[in-house]
Amino acid sequence: MDTSPPALEVDELSVVFRGREGDMAAVTAASFAVARGEVLTLLGESGSGKSVTLKAMMGLLPGHACITGAVRVAGRDILTLPAAALAKARGGELSMIFQEPMAALDPVYTIGEQIAETIIQHEGVTWREAARRALDLLERVAIPSAARRLRNYPHELSGGMRQRAMIALALACQPTVLLADEPTTALDVTVQMQILLLLRELQRELGMSVVFVTHDVGVAAEISDRIAVMYAGRLVETGTVREVMRQPRHPYTAGLLASIVHGGLRGRRLETIPGSPPSLAALPPGCAFQPRCARADARCGTAQPPSVALAPGTMARCFHPG
Amino acid sequence: MSDAPALLRVEGLTKHFPVHGGPLNRRVATVRAVDDVSLAVAAGETLGIVGESGCGKSTTARLLMRLIEPDRGRLLFDGREVGAAGGIDVTTLRRQMQMVFQDSYASLNPRMTILGSIAYAPRMHGLAARAADARAEALLDRVGLEPRQFARRYPHELSGGQRQRVNIARALALQPRLVILDEAVSALDKSVAAQVLNLLADLKQQFNLTYLFISHDLNVVEYISDRVLVMYLGQVVETGPVAAIYGRPRHPYTRALLASKPTLDPDRRTISLPLTGDPPNPIDPPSGCRFRTRCGFADAVCAARTPPLAAPLGHPPDAHLVACHVPAAQQQAIHGH
Repeated sequence: MDTSPPALEVDELSVVFRGREGDMAAVTAASFAVARGEVLTLLGESGSGKSVTLKAMMGLLPGHACITGAVRVAGRDILTLPAAALAKARGGELSMIFQEPMAALDPVYTIGEQIAETIIQHEGVTWREAARRALDLLERVAIPSAARRLRNYPHELSGGMRQRAMIALALACQPTVLLADEPTTALDVTVQMQILLLLRELQRELGMSVVFVTHDVGVAAEISDRIAVMYAGRLVETGTVREVMRQPRHPYTAGLLASIVHGGLRGRRLETIPGSPPSLAALPPGCAFQPRCARADARCGTAQPPSVALAPGTMARCFHPG
Repeated sequence: MSDAPALLRVEGLTKHFPVHGGPLNRRVATVRAVDDVSLAVAAGETLGIVGESGCGKSTTARLLMRLIEPDRGRLLFDGREVGAAGGIDVTTLRRQMQMVFQDSYASLNPRMTILGSIAYAPRMHGLAARAADARAEALLDRVGLEPRQFARRYPHELSGGQRQRVNIARALALQPRLVILDEAVSALDKSVAAQVLNLLADLKQQFNLTYLFISHDLNVVEYISDRVLVMYLGQVVETGPVAAIYGRPRHPYTRALLASKPTLDPDRRTISLPLTGDPPNPIDPPSGCRFRTRCGFADAVCAARTPPLAAPLGHPPDAHLVACHVPAAQQQAIHGH
């Protein structure tokens, strides 16, 4: 049995945004682990806390965010690291890609300069060595005529190429954990599939662990080993991609899957989840899904349901798991 | 195109945008946003327009509403030509044809109450204030927003799904016959989008509406449309009944698009790339067939001539038309799903 710690362990992570109009509980007691070489998808709708979870792990939240809990990369808690060590870990063993590459890339440096600079910062190699590795990276993410593209600025690339360049930058120092925040959401469907296939291939080759955030169940089915469903800041269900897609246990997951639109439903009414998600500034006392839930009873309105382990690695936070 | 009476018929719709640049700000290039697009929508049907960004689907919608002036093209509503002698003017057109946009917040006046926004157009078109307000309240109720609770609120106090319901109510306030829905559910969360799609189906039936449904979402278009038009770089590449387009797509681009749809079955993941590269820039697109630079079947004729939108050679004419020169390209079975 492997006793080494998982690549990533998130323990009781909570994020509260303090504001003049009260506190917003964006993430509440999220705990999950990602094994080496595993892809875990955080699946949820807007406001579910999935992106905030990633940003908290990466130390990218603004000062009024109050973060508690632990985020351990290979056993080391990065939330308590001093600034210099955090800077070393970011872009080193822990790296992130974003939905909007134009915001992640620096517009005034070439792609090659940005990748080489990252490598020099983290590993202290020579400029020549860093430039050689930057070229390797661009070839690895399948950017055509890579040598020429190294000298391009971000605005000179198409959307799909920019996404590839950002992936190359994130992989520059061989991270053990890659955080991916909706990296294909802004892309056209044909380009989205190219990027998903590329990420899958790179992840396998490099043995990386990936935390992938998306709202799209189809994307989750294409990329994940395991899925963790988030609702109103909490993880409500985790399981393998097959378990969650085929036999959802939490009523929210079941409702989300049932409301997927596809051609086979033509002429029929779509199943919907009534109502809308609660405000994070005024969460109900019991289960946050209770006001929309057909299975709810009196207990759901008053007590927070515990996370029920249904099998190893499978959990549903519900009094009435299906 | 069939000769059945169409509620909306468009012939040869074209819009090119100049690109200015250089020290003298001369015209240096042309964006061929919409190029010779013809379509017809029969009364009571839903025509879906699908395509990737830059294919011209939203520009087409704006040209139909005359939010942008077309360079060329005839627009007939209920058999009467818009802007022609003996036809109808743009104001009359807009009373019969309304539009819902993707951005539910940007399309509402932030300083106007919900009721005010919905009642505005009927008042501008001559309805008395009290009657306009009464109509707005009835519509609010119809789209699932309790008037007493929502009428006096402002757009920022509503969720995205609620705002889109308001936009739908506003589009219906002039009692139009045709509604253009331009990515109307694309920005909504999936569970909310399903609610709005159900609402659209109800409204269509109750008010005898005709829909032009524009979206990049292949699943939603298949669900809602009777017929589908596939666009690529400003042109129509394929059109036909929804079952034909999704079941027996003829254009290699349509096939690639459908094969790029994420699966919902983790055991049947996409393995091979249906299409490489990004869509080319609509500034100075490829000659002839615009898809030829990404097409495995392209040969010399594809670069030389623009393929007409027609039934395949030797095929009995039906409603399933494709713009492709190469018969072999049109027959391959769809892979993946």
